[in-house]
Amino acid sequence: MALDIDAPAATVPLRPTTETPLARGILIAVALAFLAFFLFLPLVIVFVEAFRRGAGVFLAALAEPETLAAIRLTLLVAAISVPCNLVFGVAAAWAIAKFEFKGKAFLTTLIDLPFSVSPVIAGLVYVLLFGAGSALGPWLKSHGIEILFAVPGIVLATIFVTFPFVARELIPLMQEQGTGDEEAAIALGASGWQTFWYVTLPNIKWGLLYGVLLCNARAMGEFGAVSVVSGHVRGLTNTMPLQVEILYNEYNFVAAFAVASLLALLALVTLVLKTILEMRYGHAIAGAAAPH
Amino acid sequence: MSLVLAAPRWRWRRPSVLPGFGLTLGFALVYLSLIVLIPLAGVVWRSASLGWPQFWAIATDERTVQALKISFGASLVAASVNVVFGVIVAWVLVRYRFPGRRIVDAAVDLPFALPTAVAGIALTAIYAPNGWIGAPLVALGFKVAFTPVGIVIALVFIGLPFVVRTVQPVMEEIDREVEEVAATLGARRWQTISRVLLPGLAPSILTGFALAFARAVGEYGSVIFIAGNIPYVSEIAPLLIVIRLEEYDYPAATAIAAVMLAISFVMLLVINLVQAWSRRRFGYGA
Repeated sequence: MALDIDAPAATVPLRPTTETPLARGILIAVALAFLAFFLFLPLVIVFVEAFRRGAGVFLAALAEPETLAAIRLTLLVAAISVPCNLVFGVAAAWAIAKFEFKGKAFLTTLIDLPFSVSPVIAGLVYVLLFGAGSALGPWLKSHGIEILFAVPGIVLATIFVTFPFVARELIPLMQEQGTGDEEAAIALGASGWQTFWYVTLPNIKWGLLYGVLLCNARAMGEFGAVSVVSGHVRGLTNTMPLQVEILYNEYNFVAAFAVASLLALLALVTLVLKTILEMRYGHAIAGAAAPH
Repeated sequence: MSLVLAAPRWRWRRPSVLPGFGLTLGFALVYLSLIVLIPLAGVVWRSASLGWPQFWAIATDERTVQALKISFGASLVAASVNVVFGVIVAWVLVRYRFPGRRIVDAAVDLPFALPTAVAGIALTAIYAPNGWIGAPLVALGFKVAFTPVGIVIALVFIGLPFVVRTVQPVMEEIDREVEEVAATLGARRWQTISRVLLPGLAPSILTGFALAFARAVGEYGSVIFIAGNIPYVSEIAPLLIVIRLEEYDYPAATAIAAVMLAISFVMLLVINLVQAWSRRRFGYGA
């Protein structure tokens, strides 16, 4: 009696608001093939190349003192630059989302500015500001303050390229939430700080975490801006992405891909956490699908 | 009495019972100025102090012009490829259900999360003459890595999420009734898509294109490994800035950066205009 079950399906006309099964199949195949070539393959090859000579060589490459120094520097730079942008993001979002004032739209555009500037130019601006040819350069040198080709320059360049992440995540979220809760808290006698800590922060914590996650991924992975200001002093001013470049240019491919695999792992963890946040707390993260 | 006084007075901000406006706005402005505005103004000031003849000489230098052409040309091709495949990917993710869809959806953001240097060496390993895809292509007579085609490959990787993530939410909001009406009126499926759906998606597609293009123009890390970096052939503008800096030729680096910044700001303006137009025309932002 299987025929009876199949028969109605064959006679029902295709819904005119969907594509034919063939068209669907082709579109899905095209999309998946494209993503396989451009997303999946690059990710796979990082790990394949890293483990090409086995786990022993992989671990030995990571245990090199210069690589360990690069890992430490990357963690240090992220540990300074992410909190800086976190504080800025919260302050900017409080002012922009909770108050009405002239020039707000313009200020929001300015905050997004670093995203439309090439990372190389982000590094260049600090070279021009603190370099030997600048007004500040000789003064800094005579006082023994090192900014360029040292950790402060790397931190500044990283802060620049990750500048908008937290703010642009929080501003739409806090605008959507309005000021009612905070006004009620103030009316009931809470101080400004108490209002922020007990009313606003619980409302924005998932959006905040989302912004910090993206900010951190970019901070640890930034290459162009940091490359310009770092000076590439081995063991001192090389972050992990710069170490990848140096090892690669020395044809030490296994070591280059070993360090790269750590960064790829960071990207994967970021994506997983990001997806979990979107699935569980999608309502509490504004603009979750917005491009960055 | 106080009402009479308060009503006509122009205020630059609406009164609020919430505290902290001065503190947070002040901090945000100082931080923004110190990190972004003053350093960026430095580029403008330094290139202005070059004087017009010197600036023009650098900007129209043969190598600079070629680098800018390669950067903008490759970005244009890559953003166009991203529009075609990005719209297909977004459509498949929004409309069809298939195993692994959620994972594929999450994976689209990989280029945002993967450091550009890692993407650069990975793509080079794949498309190098001895790589997984490079070797078969070389056998067929195509060389990808270390040519301008390699630059396009890297920029396609970098730009993909911009198109998908801009178009996807707008696609999700499409009212299915519109398609039903079109079908009822006798439109074939292809006609409904090309004449009814795509025009409504056009602003978001255009925005996605502009975002992918803008990102591609400034991209550095993923490109330099795969490009081969041959002057006049596969040398991008950001790399030329780095080369000039390493030669301590600050005026040249500054002038090229100023040209790129000017073009980026025009792009930003265009994106904002498209979004404003889209909101007026279709009632939602792109």
